[in-house]
Amino acid sequence: MRDEFVRALIGLHQRRRDLVFMTGDVGYLAIEALQATFGDRFVNAGVAEQNMVSLAAGLAREGHLPWLYSIAPFVVLRPYEQIRTDVCLHKLPVKLVGNGGGYGYGIMGATHHALEDIGAMRALPNMRIYVPLTAPDVEQAVASMAVDPLANYLRLNSVAPIPGEIAPFAAWRRLKAGRGTVVVGAGPVLGNFYELGDPALLDELEIWCVGTFPLEELPAELSASIRAKRRVVTIEEHYGAGGLGEALGHALLRQGLCPSSFTSLHAAGYPSGRYGSQRWHQEESGLAGAGLRARLQKVVRD
Amino acid sequence: MARPDEQYFADGRLGVAGNGAGTATERAALAARAFSVKKRFLAMYKRANAGHIGSSLSCAELLVLLQYAWMRPQDTFILSKGHAVAALYALLVEANVLEARALETFYGEGTLLPALPPVNGLKEIPFATGSLGHGLSLCAGMALGAALHGRARAFFCLTSDGELDAGSTWEAALFVAHRKLTNLVWLIDRNRIQGMGRTEDVLALEPLAAKLASFGFHVVEADGHDFDSLLAARDACLHAQARGTAPVAIIANTVKGHGIRFMQDTVASHYLPMDDAQYQQALDELASAHAATERDAR
Repeated sequence: MRDEFVRALIGLHQRRRDLVFMTGDVGYLAIEALQATFGDRFVNAGVAEQNMVSLAAGLAREGHLPWLYSIAPFVVLRPYEQIRTDVCLHKLPVKLVGNGGGYGYGIMGATHHALEDIGAMRALPNMRIYVPLTAPDVEQAVASMAVDPLANYLRLNSVAPIPGEIAPFAAWRRLKAGRGTVVVGAGPVLGNFYELGDPALLDELEIWCVGTFPLEELPAELSASIRAKRRVVTIEEHYGAGGLGEALGHALLRQGLCPSSFTSLHAAGYPSGRYGSQRWHQEESGLAGAGLRARLQKVVRD
Repeated sequence: MARPDEQYFADGRLGVAGNGAGTATERAALAARAFSVKKRFLAMYKRANAGHIGSSLSCAELLVLLQYAWMRPQDTFILSKGHAVAALYALLVEANVLEARALETFYGEGTLLPALPPVNGLKEIPFATGSLGHGLSLCAGMALGAALHGRARAFFCLTSDGELDAGSTWEAALFVAHRKLTNLVWLIDRNRIQGMGRTEDVLALEPLAAKLASFGFHVVEADGHDFDSLLAARDACLHAQARGTAPVAIIANTVKGHGIRFMQDTVASHYLPMDDAQYQQALDELASAHAATERDAR
């Protein structure tokens, strides 16, 4: 999604002149076009993310729209207090962009993964999170963020290979209809359902995609499905704490919706202490492949 | 301690800022403002039974210098050492930005003037500071933002010396020097005391001027309680800014709790409120010191 993001921001820059792009010294062979286009509005702040976030707050105070780019944990966790105090408390429209949400950086290991970024950002006031799913989503999310008066976090990941027509980026989208179980997911991990090699199982699943946090009110169609089907599965490439499962559980309780089963599929971290690709880590957490299939079969069967 | 009025050029040369800047009348007027600001915030601290008195006494002259002898209406000040905000509130009353009666709500329930700078939308307080190590970055962002707009504005940031422990302060210093943000002035309230002791015992900062110069700052040292010295430092900074080759930093050598014997140069003056006798003593000592200054001026 990184290339889509760069193209989207260049397009946005051509339409409005208040953008400032800042990088925490990452983006080799990816953001050079941004540098060429943005001129003095391209700032490499160095490996100094705390300063970068406070600089962005100052820039926003002066009427600019700063976009801050780094590897996800370095743009949301390292400068967390600066985000809270200088950006969110002051309701400033600073746009954080984290590449490699979840296990996106794969074999680079745990330091470069972001399994708690959504939880961390969800806890903040005046912050909206954008989680694109497909390549076209990125440009649409960037366009939404550009007019969103709140601070934002854009979680980039690898594009999900989802077959068929998909509606434009939105807070809620139904990706497919299904007979028995309602699945709600965030981000490209949803693509793993389409690779299970089990058409009968896939037919069972009605799949919904969340695009933004805080969760917007559930669409009536989704509420009706949950009421009728009674089995809910959430999936996210993120720890359980603070993630989609907790957010949806709370939303259901608020509406008085009580499914007969509620299963949160989420990142388990590093249970074996071993490392691998993004896909390898997803499989170890039961978010892909045979592990995911087995967990879904259990939900559908029970 | 380094001599007042020394300045270190960004290339490492050592110079002297010079003496005698400003007229005697100007210096006397500034001293009178400082005396008035101090009386206002001492009353606030007494009414609130609150601490951080030493922090405000440390920087009162610096705030008065900026408000009355340096900043223009389009300029911006960030008090990174937010725990001295009582001095800033008092200054804003002195400057007719806030109403005097607002100070009576300091520390009160439901106040708009809490113990550290609030998110309040006041142009004079652009950020809620006081979490140490943020101010210089915020100021640099605003300075960069004004430069991108092509606006001729100046930005002033007052940090404590204790917050020079924070890595983020040095991230900001690298950035300000690298981008040559000459529309920014960094003032350091060098009272040599931080939360739990003397800076040189907790996490030594010296040689501070050499550190800043090596980062690329034009460094001016001054006596932070003497308007003669502060005006000379201002002029040295203006001169350096006009050259446009390096951002400027002023190390204002100050005394925490300055001017009040039981508070001077003590860690306790960061924390403790005054009882009735101490408050009276503080007022008496400030008044007699000010009277002496006026006599000298005449």
